[in-house]
Amino acid sequence: MDTASQKRSLADAVMARSGTNFKACYQCRACAGGCPFIKAMDYPPNAVLRLLQYGMTQEALTCKTIWVCVGCHTCSSQCPMGIDLAAVMDTLRLMAVEEGVAIGSPHILDFHEEVLRSLERYGRAHKLGIMLRHKMSTKSWFKDLDVGLKMLAKRKLDLWPSKVKDIKEIAGLFQCYWRETS
Amino acid sequence: MSQISQMDFSYFPGCSLATTAVESSLSMIKSARILGLNLIELEDWNCCGSSSASTLCKNLALAMAARNLSLAPAGRPLVAMCPRCLHYLRSAQLCLRDDGETRRNLEEQFGRPINLDVEIIHFMEVLVRYGLNRLGEKARRSLKGLKFVPYYGCTLARPPRLSRQKYFQGEMENILTALGAEPVTTALSHRCCGSFLSATDPEVVTPLVNEIIDSAVASRANCLVTACAMCQLNLEIRCTTKTRLPIFHFSEILALALGAEDYEEWFVRHLVDPRPLLQDLALVA
Repeated sequence: MDTASQKRSLADAVMARSGTNFKACYQCRACAGGCPFIKAMDYPPNAVLRLLQYGMTQEALTCKTIWVCVGCHTCSSQCPMGIDLAAVMDTLRLMAVEEGVAIGSPHILDFHEEVLRSLERYGRAHKLGIMLRHKMSTKSWFKDLDVGLKMLAKRKLDLWPSKVKDIKEIAGLFQCYWRETS
Repeated sequence: MSQISQMDFSYFPGCSLATTAVESSLSMIKSARILGLNLIELEDWNCCGSSSASTLCKNLALAMAARNLSLAPAGRPLVAMCPRCLHYLRSAQLCLRDDGETRRNLEEQFGRPINLDVEIIHFMEVLVRYGLNRLGEKARRSLKGLKFVPYYGCTLARPPRLSRQKYFQGEMENILTALGAEPVTTALSHRCCGSFLSATDPEVVTPLVNEIIDSAVASRANCLVTACAMCQLNLEIRCTTKTRLPIFHFSEILALALGAEDYEEWFVRHLVDPRPLLQDLALVA
């Protein structure tokens, strides 16, 4: 397969997996106008669709935008063509991890991984543990310390996790793609 | 006092309501009990999968939600308050209805059936469906003077994948108006609170949260009432505006109107103390 058709097939895979026909996008920018997080993105959402339309999948897979997107669906609900942009971002994140490309926002991926480690250990999210480990791996101990201390003082960060009893059953769930590849 | 019939529901708290936002869970169970709605915590539930599992591994996300569905006894609806939990549990149910093979594999793994007919509903929907006629009868405090922004956040406002499912717009206003409060609808009620970016990129979230709070102040609201525990937390911890407003969990206000007396243990957990406002309105001593 030549490079051009390889790129096209990746774009087709994004379309099939997200169940979204992004070819319908005509760049009206309604998504960009509505996105609350646009300032933290390197490409506005419509530009990510444009990259895909042009077969520039590597650029789409390595951009920051797909990680900054929290899936609030503001773009999806505003798109006049009914394109579910959040589903495209979702698919691109998964594919970025699967393809092993350079991650646009590594600290956000790190956060998600810490959450999963917490879920694997306890079956439930232990926020204090997640934040401490995230701070350790991103070396950002002092960023945001005041908020953390306020939350501790208000007993909003439990020292001990809330746990699932049948932790073996949880371990069974983690015999999954993420565990095998991370 | 007239007897009201008791109704049983399975209750999925989710990680936030079990820990960071336990005041939301306590006040919800309290108000449900007053209304004769019995919330029975799902035995040994696990995290719904959350954004993180669904970002990194779809199979894991589906399996985590599916385990919870396999724990839900047949014959009573499964209630959640957290919009994201509700979303992931429902998505998993829809997905497993269409995918018999995955369902059978998971059932084999758990050694028990996954009941795909259990209805998964939001607590506000429970109230609208079963509790409205009970509200008037059980109300003990008038919410008169409480000018609230109904803050739904993003997830209850219909993600496209669940577009044929229940729509929640207006439910908070309907319920709290019936109890005497006044909704303020000109503020940013559906703007996303920042979700997990509040943990990874607080500097991105702070201006957005400030915009939401400023819009509430400009609309002359005296508080915001949230449908989501994560929104409640983000609106409190990321706000740096000069004028701060109390951010209530929906169930706290509901329980207060229904005469709950154990509010002190909920309100001490707030970063913006709501007690001065409630004292002004003579809602609490």
